[in-house]
Amino acid sequence: MYTPHTADDVDAMLRTIGVDTLDDLVRVPDAIALREPLHVAPALTEIEIAERFRGLAARTPASEYASFLGAGAYRHYIPPVVGSIAMRGEFLTSYTPYQAEVSQGYLQAIYEWQTYIALLTGLDVANASVYDGATALAEGVIMAVNATGCKGVLISRAIHPNYRAVLRTYAEGLELTVDELPYGADGRTDLATLETALAEQRYAAVVVQSPNFFGAIDALPAGVAAAIKATKTVVIGVVAEAMSLAALAAPASWGVDICVGEAQSFGNAIAYGGPHVGFMAATTEHLRRIPGRLVGKSVDADGKPAYVLTLQAREQHIRREKATSNICTNQAHCALCATIYLAAMGKTGLRDCAALNVARTAELRDRVAKVDGFAIKFAAPVFNEIVVQVPGRGADVLSGLEQRQILGGVALGRWYPELDDCILMTATELTTSAEIDRVASALSEIPARAAARV
Amino acid sequence: MANVPAGLLYSKEHEWVKVDGDVATVGITDYAQSSLGDIVYVELPNVGAGLTQFGSIGVVESVKAVSDLFTPVGGEVTEINGGIDSDPASVNRDPYGAGWFYKVKLGDVGQTAELLSPQQYEQLIAES
Amino acid sequence: MPLPAFDTPLIFETGKDGRANRYLPAGPALESLLPKDALRDELPLPDNSELDVVRHFTRLSQKTFGIDTAFYPLGSCTMKYNPRINDAMANLPALRDAHPFAPDAAVQGALAVMWELERSLASLFGMAAFSLNPAAGAHAELAALLIAKAYFRRKGEPERNVVIVPDTAHGTNPASAAMVGFTVLSLKSDAQGRVDPDELRKVVGPRTAVCMMTNPNTLGLFEPRIHEVTDVVHEAGGLMYYDGANANALMGNTRPGDMGFDLMHLNLHKTFTIPHGGGGAGAGPVGVASHLIPFLPTPVVRAVDAAGNDAAGSGWRGSEELTFALDFDRPESIGPMRSFWSNFAHMVRALAYVYANGAEGLTTVSQLAVLNANYIRASIRDVIDIPYDEINRHEFVASAQSLKRETGVRALDIGKALLDRGYHAPTVYFPLIVPECLMIEPTETESKETLDGFIAALRDIVATAKTDPERILETPLNTAVRRIDETRAARQPDLRWRPA
Repeated sequence: MYTPHTADDVDAMLRTIGVDTLDDLVRVPDAIALREPLHVAPALTEIEIAERFRGLAARTPASEYASFLGAGAYRHYIPPVVGSIAMRGEFLTSYTPYQAEVSQGYLQAIYEWQTYIALLTGLDVANASVYDGATALAEGVIMAVNATGCKGVLISRAIHPNYRAVLRTYAEGLELTVDELPYGADGRTDLATLETALAEQRYAAVVVQSPNFFGAIDALPAGVAAAIKATKTVVIGVVAEAMSLAALAAPASWGVDICVGEAQSFGNAIAYGGPHVGFMAATTEHLRRIPGRLVGKSVDADGKPAYVLTLQAREQHIRREKATSNICTNQAHCALCATIYLAAMGKTGLRDCAALNVARTAELRDRVAKVDGFAIKFAAPVFNEIVVQVPGRGADVLSGLEQRQILGGVALGRWYPELDDCILMTATELTTSAEIDRVASALSEIPARAAARV
Repeated sequence: MANVPAGLLYSKEHEWVKVDGDVATVGITDYAQSSLGDIVYVELPNVGAGLTQFGSIGVVESVKAVSDLFTPVGGEVTEINGGIDSDPASVNRDPYGAGWFYKVKLGDVGQTAELLSPQQYEQLIAES
Repeated sequence: MPLPAFDTPLIFETGKDGRANRYLPAGPALESLLPKDALRDELPLPDNSELDVVRHFTRLSQKTFGIDTAFYPLGSCTMKYNPRINDAMANLPALRDAHPFAPDAAVQGALAVMWELERSLASLFGMAAFSLNPAAGAHAELAALLIAKAYFRRKGEPERNVVIVPDTAHGTNPASAAMVGFTVLSLKSDAQGRVDPDELRKVVGPRTAVCMMTNPNTLGLFEPRIHEVTDVVHEAGGLMYYDGANANALMGNTRPGDMGFDLMHLNLHKTFTIPHGGGGAGAGPVGVASHLIPFLPTPVVRAVDAAGNDAAGSGWRGSEELTFALDFDRPESIGPMRSFWSNFAHMVRALAYVYANGAEGLTTVSQLAVLNANYIRASIRDVIDIPYDEINRHEFVASAQSLKRETGVRALDIGKALLDRGYHAPTVYFPLIVPECLMIEPTETESKETLDGFIAALRDIVATAKTDPERILETPLNTAVRRIDETRAARQPDLRWRPA
């Protein structure tokens, strides 16, 4: 129970309070008193807890398989220094740094995170983080809606399907309409209809993701962002794989006003989907509309540099129903892990890591393309993911790989019926040539069976 | 004691209005700026916006509070004080001068009858 | 307990290009792999040695105050001890590295964690089911209001769009309501700081969607007439929402479900010992009564027994014989709230905490949390105003209003003086209805000796304020920096470092 009270302590404290028993303190009306015994997990000793979780871990063998899974959660090397520093109790057990005088260290770390995100995206400002990539997208759209007064958004169908689904959940509440731009034959967003769409209706934002869900580098071509902005529409860029920022053109350089995304790749474990860490960056023009916490640099009573949460009047605890968002918690500790990771990797390490992702993925692409019956679906250049067209159903091929203890990727038919014969495969710096050989030879054994079923 | 200059009209929401022909200049009163504390940001309507008298049209932010801004007069916004963005302290320093908010071309000049005289406003703040 | 006052340069101001740590093999030239126009020109980040990185962040940690550093009586935040076994379990490689798109068969243990926790919470709080999907308390509130909106739409009552929120409520309540297009009606508390069912009866009606409450309320006071309150709202056709921010006050003793609440959320980072981590990540399961189950966010974890029967019963049972699957096929669901299924590492932590306590232990937890809070109140009531001086639950509010009148020392100043004495400040200026408010929540993990030290410090601060207020007004002096110019921070926002 982690409670230090002895029986004597309890008695002495009850005497001070002036009641006789603990029950007197917590008494509730009969109508709401417990009527039945509680059915919760039983009390265990710490030794038993560890044993129990070892059993649960043994029933979770996924991480021992060769894995080509990505699709928004990426396996990257995390230097031990990240966990070792981030798990310090001062960081782990502090609250949101409202008492700035005793939170200077954490506040500075978040200021450094904001700087890293601003430098990586090329934008002016970044917030202290939001829940994850999908909620960052939803919050970015809300910023655009508030900036323009429009309630429609136009988003690429090549954006992560989970992100689009979350946007639809939020859109129900906010009563927004979400229209989609198709993807083209090369795997990039098809911009052919963009001009007509913008002419027919005014949108709060046009949203594209790069690298997109198919792995394709999908930055807006020169001139497109300017044309969108000419209709007073905000350009939002989504980055679900933050590692790509170390290699690819910064989103600001291709015209993004608001960049949102997922930074799990920077030093955070996949952890079966969370906690991860969403980031949001924007031009100064949108500063007052950024949701969540912001750390600013100021001075103390002695004129010494000091950090403090700032622009708090935007936030829910002051503005209540007029707040820019209801966001309260951010992902401070995940952002801290990312900041330590970025500091330890440095420019050189990040460049190397991003380049290795591109190289290993090229190796995977070339190897899989040679397997009889398999093809690379899209021709656009990719960062660390490829769409592979398989004989038969993608889901069946993945089941075949699973029997060989290989997590081959994600079947796309679940979200894109027209891509039912496609899987999304990922390679990172942790993917070995031996694993690539293994999956390629496994694929060469599977197609006959999977295809035979069709 | 808060400064309540003569020659201006006032609203119950602590805005002042200076009428010059059919154009009104609007700001917040000395009493308002002093109650709000250090003002850090003012969100004003856009030039060209049509305002309804006593409608909520923006916000005034101090470090840890935010207050709605209600317009004491209706009409079309003809000018906003761009200087506040870079120097929000001007609202605290000089609420009736450099810290003015916006100008409105009055739709109906008669609406000023709904506003308070300096004496009435002084009485209002004395009671609060 | 002074905190180090040394300056720490920004990580961007240290290091040298090429001072790289060799974690990875050197990468090939990107220009050989991708078109030039897809690549960025420069990556303006610093290269620091690992030692310099360690020293930098260690020094930053030394300028940061956590529960591990000292007593943290921050009201409404439940800053209790975060057991280390929780982190050790969350870091078991199989659980830490499982991928959310791994097939269900390869992650049965991870799904079992979610299911066992969900079943335990449902029994503990009297809900039919929980979704572990929302990422934090405010996120769960949003989910709950979306559920309410979907529910009324299905019932053919889309006109229900008013959320009733007592004036003691958390700021997120109205902010969440606005995000689903609901309007907020603030309900004034009665003289005892409670919701008056008769006042409530006057404002409910055909447009009432949800009434959001917490019990005990944010003053730490139990709402004994809660059953009447929920009846009034139900009779008007609305739903009752329980804000679980204060669940540490009643866990195991009484259940929101039995009080008549239809929806609720929990902050696992408060009640269930997830570390706050400087403001996140949190976790906010959303619970519902049976009629709202179809609307829960996707996915939910389904369990079947060896015979193929659905295994969801009235609470927890052992998961060894069960088979689990993620269920996305829920046509009436509000949809997903976030990228993946849950803040899973936190579910591991919370389940480890449930195991460490069991039903009886969790009940004792809330009782001792109430004991500790009342002990502090009873020990300071002769020196500071207690606006609602009665038996409170896990927290209570004091007020510095008379002290301010006598000495000029405000609630804020008391907080700063506590920092100097090695204690974190209580929550100040919340709830808004009590002037010069100090909201104190000690939690159950603090010993009597710790509480006695805090009580002595608080009494000393009040005594000093009366004899020599300047000594309080100039605090803190023992911290890394002194009071900070927040006006300057807001007027001239400096939110990032820029290269020279």
